[in-house]
Amino acid sequence: MTPGQTVSTGAGAARLLTPLLAFCRKTLAIADLELRKLRRDPTELVTRAIQPALWLLLFGEVMSRSRALATSGVPYLDFLLPGILAQSVLFIAIFNGISIIWERDLGIVHKFLASPTPRAALVVGKALGGGIRALAQALVVLLLGLALGVHLRLSPGTLGGVALLVVLGAALFSTFSLIIACLVKTRERFMGIGQVLTMPLFFASNAIYPIAMMPGWLQSVARLNPLTYEVDGLRNLLLAGPAGLGATDVGLPTDIAVLSVIFVALVGLAARQYPKIVQ
Amino acid sequence: MESRARPRRDNSQVAPAALLSHAEPMPAIGSAVVCRGLTRRFGSIVAVDNVDLEVRSGETLGLLGRNGAGKTTLIKMLTTLLPPSSGHAQIAGFDLVRHPASVRRAIGYVPQALSADGDLTGFENLLIFARLYDLPAREQRPRIAAALAFMDLSEDADRLVKHYSGGMIRRLEIAQSTLHRPKVLFLDEPTVGLDPLARDAVWEQLKRLRSELKTTIVLATHHLEEAELLCERLAILNQGHISAIGAPPELRAGLGAGTTLEDVFAHYTGAAHDVHDGIAAAYRQRRTAERLG
Repeated sequence: MTPGQTVSTGAGAARLLTPLLAFCRKTLAIADLELRKLRRDPTELVTRAIQPALWLLLFGEVMSRSRALATSGVPYLDFLLPGILAQSVLFIAIFNGISIIWERDLGIVHKFLASPTPRAALVVGKALGGGIRALAQALVVLLLGLALGVHLRLSPGTLGGVALLVVLGAALFSTFSLIIACLVKTRERFMGIGQVLTMPLFFASNAIYPIAMMPGWLQSVARLNPLTYEVDGLRNLLLAGPAGLGATDVGLPTDIAVLSVIFVALVGLAARQYPKIVQ
Repeated sequence: MESRARPRRDNSQVAPAALLSHAEPMPAIGSAVVCRGLTRRFGSIVAVDNVDLEVRSGETLGLLGRNGAGKTTLIKMLTTLLPPSSGHAQIAGFDLVRHPASVRRAIGYVPQALSADGDLTGFENLLIFARLYDLPAREQRPRIAAALAFMDLSEDADRLVKHYSGGMIRRLEIAQSTLHRPKVLFLDEPTVGLDPLARDAVWEQLKRLRSELKTTIVLATHHLEEAELLCERLAILNQGHISAIGAPPELRAGLGAGTTLEDVFAHYTGAAHDVHDGIAAAYRQRRTAERLG
């Protein structure tokens, strides 16, 4: 400990840096916890791979034949894959919040909250846990896409970008789900609301059809939907060439900026709601 | 009332600034917990009603009361989980509402539910808390090993907690709650749902914790034997009030010769007739280890 009188710039920086480092350490500690559990029981990842496979194999193949969806010259399966990738990120993350209800019933949340851990670190740690799950899922969807002959731009750069977007998107929807769990407080109500939310989020986005095809009101909704920016970011990264760019709606920097801002806002909200789950 | 002072741990060393900077009546030096008019309402229900309480450093205080008497609500407030509706409290010299982070660093907490994570090993359950309590990286493993050894769990460190018995989980939780050497340890009904042998083991460890580490312990219970065995003083809660406080012999003596602690409990909780039923029913209602297994 440095005495209080010697306030140098170094000490000032340290005073800012120490809580920040503690915040990061604790966030990673919570995320590590989630990772350990996932590694021990990866069945969820396998069962969750079925749904995107069905979308690509059935819906994708049929719609490719009909050519009913105008995708700016990009083959429909190519257009669809980032959408299904984003969908699986959404679906795996949107139910992530239920674990907090479970942990509340067990008393684990009580112990976290009684420890000197910033509430935001508890929230971001959980969100990163959701991100890690989604990352494993993304790998499955990408491999599936390759097996189906989807043209993907797979450089280390794009893969890094995809990983970032997948973690960011999953963290965002996990945190959203955490807020809902803190508000409804029981598993039954949470499952009901989760089901009600996923389909509108999915269909009111550009995941399986371009925004340009939507009626005007739905276009407005889609532009407010974070999933749209997740899909668009993934399309920007994975679709090759100028034709691919024609199939996107927003630029990659905007996508990342929008998702980041929404994520930070949700973390702020969740950090306020989280302690209420034990009250 | 007991007048013997036990100035074993001086809180002025812990938080001189916090002790000096407050306008409200100062606690006696050596008080680990001080409550003044602490109150919590839920709508129109007053769960904890204007509680004044002091717990001396190194002391084990039992909060005794029936279900719904306010024990858990009081503990939730003192562990910063629930903001008080009114009143003040200081834990280890820190104001509960103004300095929650300092309070959290100073306390350990074992909630009522058997609350270890069944999908992690015993070691991992402690590791997460070693990190959350900012134990230096180099000290984490030795401290965890020592805590596990202290609670007689060394051989089970790498087993998943879902294969632990209820008593083992409880001991693991106590190990976890004491990893950071808290000044005050809050235990909410620590032996509910445990078989007699497991209960004895937990009692033994708590006694050692008190004698070897001088930890101040606040223990909620409606187990009278536990209260008598572990606690130097008892505060009997009834409908959110403290209806009596004192050392068990004093409480018994106050009601005349030949009084048992059960009589004391019944007298101060207005449960003279249904005390046995009440406790038995409470035990049946409690959720226990089977939720983890």
